[in-house]
Amino acid sequence: MSLVIPYAREDAGQPPSLYPDYRSTVLRSPRQPLVHIPPTLTEVTGPAGCWDRLMGDALADLTAQHRAPPQGQRIVVSGRVLDETARPVPDTVIEIWQANAAGRYIHSKDDWDAPLDPNFTGAGRVVTDGEGRYRFVTVRPGAYPWGNHHNAWRPAHIHLSLLGPGFATRLVTQLYFPDDPLIEIDPIANAVPMPYRQRLVVRFDIDTTVPNWALGYLFDIVLRGRQATPMEDDHGH
Amino acid sequence: MATDNRGLDNQSQELFGQTPSQTVGPFFHYGLPWKGGADLVGQSGMGARPDLFPPEHCVLNVAPPHARPEGEVIEITGRVIDGEGQPVPDAMVEIWQANAAGRYASPDDVRSDVPLDPGFIGFGRAATGADGVYRFRTIRPGRVPGAGNVLQAPHIAVSVFGRGLLKRLATRLYFAGGEGNEEDPVLALVPAERRATLLAEPQALGAWRFDIVLQGDGETVFFDL
Ligand SMILES: [Fe+3]
Repeated sequence: MSLVIPYAREDAGQPPSLYPDYRSTVLRSPRQPLVHIPPTLTEVTGPAGCWDRLMGDALADLTAQHRAPPQGQRIVVSGRVLDETARPVPDTVIEIWQANAAGRYIHSKDDWDAPLDPNFTGAGRVVTDGEGRYRFVTVRPGAYPWGNHHNAWRPAHIHLSLLGPGFATRLVTQLYFPDDPLIEIDPIANAVPMPYRQRLVVRFDIDTTVPNWALGYLFDIVLRGRQATPMEDDHGH
Repeated sequence: MATDNRGLDNQSQELFGQTPSQTVGPFFHYGLPWKGGADLVGQSGMGARPDLFPPEHCVLNVAPPHARPEGEVIEITGRVIDGEGQPVPDAMVEIWQANAAGRYASPDDVRSDVPLDPGFIGFGRAATGADGVYRFRTIRPGRVPGAGNVLQAPHIAVSVFGRGLLKRLATRLYFAGGEGNEEDPVLALVPAERRATLLAEPQALGAWRFDIVLQGDGETVFFDL
């Protein structure tokens, strides 16, 4: 017998699967209701603590992967990974990917006519320390157009992927920058109901800013938390 | 008058709560699926899509070496299909499973009476190809306990991500004809007429087929965890 401590369900800030303003959701979101299942060992376990055996080394400086520094505004993004009760999530991996300063991805299917930067890939990964802290260095990505609707532009954003402690805590998200006028007309950001959308907006921070070197932004990531009481497996269903 | 929340941001205490999910978008291939990520058994490059970006930008795709795990090697392939029956060429599929003995390589599986396998983690990631097909090589998992102290049937937890998926979709793969399917407590929660969507079908020896239908006829059962 083993103890299963369930994770909280999703809160009111999660987007729906179907959000027709984001057109790709129309044919890709389920129409049948999700089936709720009680958590078992399968859902509360995950590859926590073995990301390096899976993926290899961390790579926290996206501006130091090629011969020369990339074009663009150098920035530091820093923060903590926490659970819903504000407890830190240590030793968890955050995977990072983004467009370059002109808003162009190195991906061959990105056909936007903005320059590639041979010195910028836009991919990295970092691991939280014992207090759940992380930090990475990159350049501020540019906005880019996309085909969702007439004159559609994605706000500048960085994609983030977290495993967290268990299968139930898996999260992929995007962070946005303050005072970007594109956020409030972006269907992907607006799939998250207000005010929760603002959870995805970083805060400029002068103390994270490095003198004569890089602007600093704070972004905390909150994963689903564990409920207080363990549930014994043999409680039946 | 509408409340103006635009002054709030990630650091606003009154907004503290789960970080909202967002789509992986169409351009995740150089950042997420790593070479070997879909091969939980060997050292191949399975899982990555190096055809989608220049080799000098392959900065992350390193699969560290690992020992050969215990158990029966299986291959799982399937297509991710949208609501019009079209393949989804930009989906990402992840799996999480127990080893052959039924133990998870996780600090939260504290059962010391079931052995860990130093050659097996049980997490994999694959990107679909232009034809919507994904492929994993792994081992057939053992049984793990579930609610009611009933052993669950062998199964693999599956996550699906993609352009147009604002949230990860979670499902499970069971093996058609597998031991314990009849009394599995999770399968029992699924309406009988939809259970077949969770059953991988045997192909050639050791090969299993598991299509994932995002919407419409034969829509895969997705779970609210
Ligand atoms: Fe993007």
